[in-house]
Amino acid sequence: MALRIWASSTANALRLSSATRLHFSPLSRCFSSGNLHSYPSNSPSLCSFLKFRRQNRNLTYALVSIAVLDGLKYANSHEWVKHEGSVATIGITDHAQDHLGEVVFVELPDIGGSVTKANGFGAVESVKATSDVNSPISGEIVEVNTNLKETPGLINSSPYEAGWMIKVKPSNPSELEALMGPKEYTKFCEEEDGAH
Amino acid sequence: MATRQVARAGPPLMNIVKMKGVPILQQLEVEECLLRTSSENWCIINDGTDKPNIVMGISGKPAELVEIRPVLEDKIPVIRRFTGGGTVIVDHGTIFVSFICNKDDVADVQPYPRPIMSWSSLLYSQVFQGIADFRLRENDYVFGHRKFGGNAQSITKNRWIHHTSFLWDYEARNMSYLKLPKRAPEYRLARDHLDFICPMKDYLSRSDFITRTIDAAESHFSVESTEFEAVKPPSNMKFTPTSRLLTNQELEAAGNTSI
Repeated sequence: MALRIWASSTANALRLSSATRLHFSPLSRCFSSGNLHSYPSNSPSLCSFLKFRRQNRNLTYALVSIAVLDGLKYANSHEWVKHEGSVATIGITDHAQDHLGEVVFVELPDIGGSVTKANGFGAVESVKATSDVNSPISGEIVEVNTNLKETPGLINSSPYEAGWMIKVKPSNPSELEALMGPKEYTKFCEEEDGAH
Repeated sequence: MATRQVARAGPPLMNIVKMKGVPILQQLEVEECLLRTSSENWCIINDGTDKPNIVMGISGKPAELVEIRPVLEDKIPVIRRFTGGGTVIVDHGTIFVSFICNKDDVADVQPYPRPIMSWSSLLYSQVFQGIADFRLRENDYVFGHRKFGGNAQSITKNRWIHHTSFLWDYEARNMSYLKLPKRAPEYRLARDHLDFICPMKDYLSRSDFITRTIDAAESHFSVESTEFEAVKPPSNMKFTPTSRLLTNQELEAAGNTSI
């Protein structure tokens, strides 16, 4: 029951539509380098994990939930891909937006251009930094999210839905198979955070 | 410019490039080229730039940040740089220090803005130890509650740059070219420029600051000096920097929209 309430609040926080499912199962917990991580012990696909984020110099920590969605594929540079028919939608993950901080500007490519797997197609600005955004797959850009020009914060508030960045017609759909699934990506994030 | 770093025992290599009076646009072009095409670590130190320039971050809008009419009348160049962050006016009194690093050579620092910013503050804490009440405050370097250094970064998949413009000295009249920004740190408390910033010259000499910065870098890296001429991109290099000078037409258009 507590997990369902938490799932509901996470979905609401990320402005996820009712069509997006979050799966939960009994979680096991462990402490790792000062972080509290939760991960499913026997779920086929993880959808969220908890971590502590240090709030300030006084070592106050806040418990935050980081969402990883089922049905998406993930790159090790923290972008996600949703392949539907002939089009793939790309954005950055909840883990990435949480680490980047408030996004104040988004640089997007032009429609008709091309993207190449693992190469940059745009950038986001947050906390005085520009950070490259890389495409998980190759293809032709068929649409860009123009809403991000006026409301770049959609990347923070809705990284998997309203905060999508580009839509691409994949030129090599097999590239999707090399990407991580949600469980693998969750483990990747936990290991990356745990190493620091 | 891409070269392979020789595997070695001990701390990673950092190439120190010391320059004086290099135009800020040229410095930015060299930095972006090194970030994107080199595989080595670099510390670029430019002791003053040749003439006053306004330098905005990647998303800077001149209408919001710059007093357009006086800038056009006095022919002050306005640059939009490749990194994020705010707007500064730089001149011969500004000392620039930039760190360009492979993320794996600073492995205990996650390649995101806040961890890199924290790492930089630890390095500069060493620089100013025993000299001033230095701290990182909302991403600015301050003595007490006055800013003396502005920071900006650019982060790629495997590398990042953290660069700083230090106000060793400045001309008060130049600050009048800058508007009060809409996005400002809370600690600024709506102070105008001259009440918000302070010169580093009140605390240490230029040469002492540069020496202490290199000493601090040596505690993290194995440093070697490199001449500026060796890092300038060759003319046949296929790299187009994104930092650029805004045209008069762009500034005039911005001036018309801000009326």
